Amino acid sequence: MTLLSPILALSITVLVAGTLFIALDKDPVRALSLFLVKPFQGTWNLTELGLKITPLILCSLGLALCFRANVWNIGAEGQFVFGAIGGGGLAMWVTTHGVEVSRWGFFPFVIVAGALAGAAWAAAVAYCKDRFHANEILVSLMLVYVANLFLTWLVVDPWKDPAGWGMPKTVSFAASTTIPRMFPGMRLHWGLPLALLAAAAMWMFLFRTFKGNQLQIGGLAPAAARYAGFSPRAALWTTLLTSGALAGVAGAFEVVGPSGQLNQGAASGYGFTAIVVAFVGRLNPIGCVLASILLSAFRRGGELAQGMQIPPALTGVFEGVLLVTMLVCDTFIHHRVRFGNGGPAAAASSRPTP
Amino acid sequence: MTEILAKSIASTLAAGTPLALAGLGLLVNERLGVINLGAEGLMLVAAITGYAVGVHTGSVWLAFCAGALAAALLAAVFGWLVVWLNANQYATGLATSLFGAGFSAFVGVDYVGRQLPWPADVPDPAASLWRIAFLDHHALVFVAIALAPALWLLFWRTRTGLVLRAVGESPDAAHALGYPVRRIRFAAVLAGGALCGLAGAYMSLVQPRLWAEGMVQGGGWIALALTVFATWRPARLVFGAYLFGGVRVLELTLQGQGVHVPSQFMSMLPYLSTVVVLCLISRNPAWIRLNMPASLGKPFFASQ
Repeated sequence: MTLLSPILALSITVLVAGTLFIALDKDPVRALSLFLVKPFQGTWNLTELGLKITPLILCSLGLALCFRANVWNIGAEGQFVFGAIGGGGLAMWVTTHGVEVSRWGFFPFVIVAGALAGAAWAAAVAYCKDRFHANEILVSLMLVYVANLFLTWLVVDPWKDPAGWGMPKTVSFAASTTIPRMFPGMRLHWGLPLALLAAAAMWMFLFRTFKGNQLQIGGLAPAAARYAGFSPRAALWTTLLTSGALAGVAGAFEVVGPSGQLNQGAASGYGFTAIVVAFVGRLNPIGCVLASILLSAFRRGGELAQGMQIPPALTGVFEGVLLVTMLVCDTFIHHRVRFGNGGPAAAASSRPTP
Repeated sequence: MTEILAKSIASTLAAGTPLALAGLGLLVNERLGVINLGAEGLMLVAAITGYAVGVHTGSVWLAFCAGALAAALLAAVFGWLVVWLNANQYATGLATSLFGAGFSAFVGVDYVGRQLPWPADVPDPAASLWRIAFLDHHALVFVAIALAPALWLLFWRTRTGLVLRAVGESPDAAHALGYPVRRIRFAAVLAGGALCGLAGAYMSLVQPRLWAEGMVQGGGWIALALTVFATWRPARLVFGAYLFGGVRVLELTLQGQGVHVPSQFMSMLPYLSTVVVLCLISRNPAWIRLNMPASLGKPFFASQ
């Protein structure tokens, strides 16, 4: 039952996509295969896919935790950007100060820097909610814009590469700071196994620990949780700091991994796609991994489709359609919808239920 | 000095109008118990639809109508899901926003950098300061301001308004009295969507009068924050919208005066002030609970 809805939604999305391609006068089979088949063919495509899966898993795990606890953090994008600033800033400092580091020795520092920066940005949301009861949806989203502007300021002013012909970017990080790669010649790095480990850990936490259970009860039945003495404040801070840290690590991986420098491109929309991933993955860590694979194929497909004169923005349309159709499917699967005049009480009570 | 003041008032009114229109639309939704987190997406879809229709037909009014219609159409999908199928309002709204952002970016690829076929309204340099400040504006500015008292009259001085508020405060009671709760809510979602659409179309057709990917820049979210700021009162909402318009103008004026603060920090002002305002207004949860429509965000199940 839990799998039915995402699969149905995917089929409908594929149908919509096919229709759209026909409307655009493109060969629908060829175009669709770019999104669903091509990303899985060949070592290069697979490793590039893995590169996109990593941040999506990390961000969506945190969001799944938040949403389960009924904490609506939709600012993973901002926390991602701050993680990028943290990890990238550290790598830049090491590069410009000529500090000798080894790749594996520096890797843990990247993780910690990204996690701390991301968690700090999420802590701002938690503080506004905890101290002032401000709506976390709006606050976390507003802070995305602030984080993006802050990143822009950093790369056009204080952190700009003095030898970069005025381009808005930092120096290229020293090779010794970049995350160790998994295969020679490929950009895929050891962040992917770590993301999978994080998914396993999150599954254990949610479904095999008392604390994880507490958080979920707080989300499902706040009154019951309060009665049982579970602290909603602790839940708020735990979920937001964890998801901020995870998104931050994803951001740090992105700049210290494939990018190798900090620029405005660090804000790549992974934090928003992760919302779709979390819902399509049914707020389940294993589901999040599977959904990350699907949605990174969509993203990779968007890149590949440029060869067919299809704008990459199409990926965003697919993401939206997938999420909307999944919510529709959910309703039809979990409820028996009765179509009728839907009028007031009289209509319902006049007929006995069969 | 008075000239700067007059021009500042004029730009404040121009900058605050989309926030006021979208905010009033969302206020109507929320007064009836529906929170639409898709506002940003609705505005983006309306902005590109209005712009595209404007570019192709050359008719301003057709462009505005198309924008409002497109947003109402997307709002209808949202409304069908949350009102008739009782889907989670937060998740559905987010999905609407994501879809709107993706769809508008996709459709808008061909319209980046294209010009609207009619000339922009250039203010008459010989006009009196009074005229520059208060009269030489787009018609929608006056519509937005006039909507506040109109909605107040509708909600608090008519029988219809009483029913509308009942649907938001206690849908069960309204249902028991025989009012079609879902139909009323769905109509409100459509109306709110159309208002968000006018706001989006205003942005691409009047100010800043261009199409760029993601050009609404959080306007829909700020409008959502405004409904909380206004404690769901129309007049306070319009006041808040122009306060935010003023923040935008302040940002531009300070930059024009050569104040040495990086432009990025200036651009943060609307977002940071939204956070600060939300914190200040929500500080007392009892007060918010007193003012918030009681069924906000909750699905309605007709009890048998």
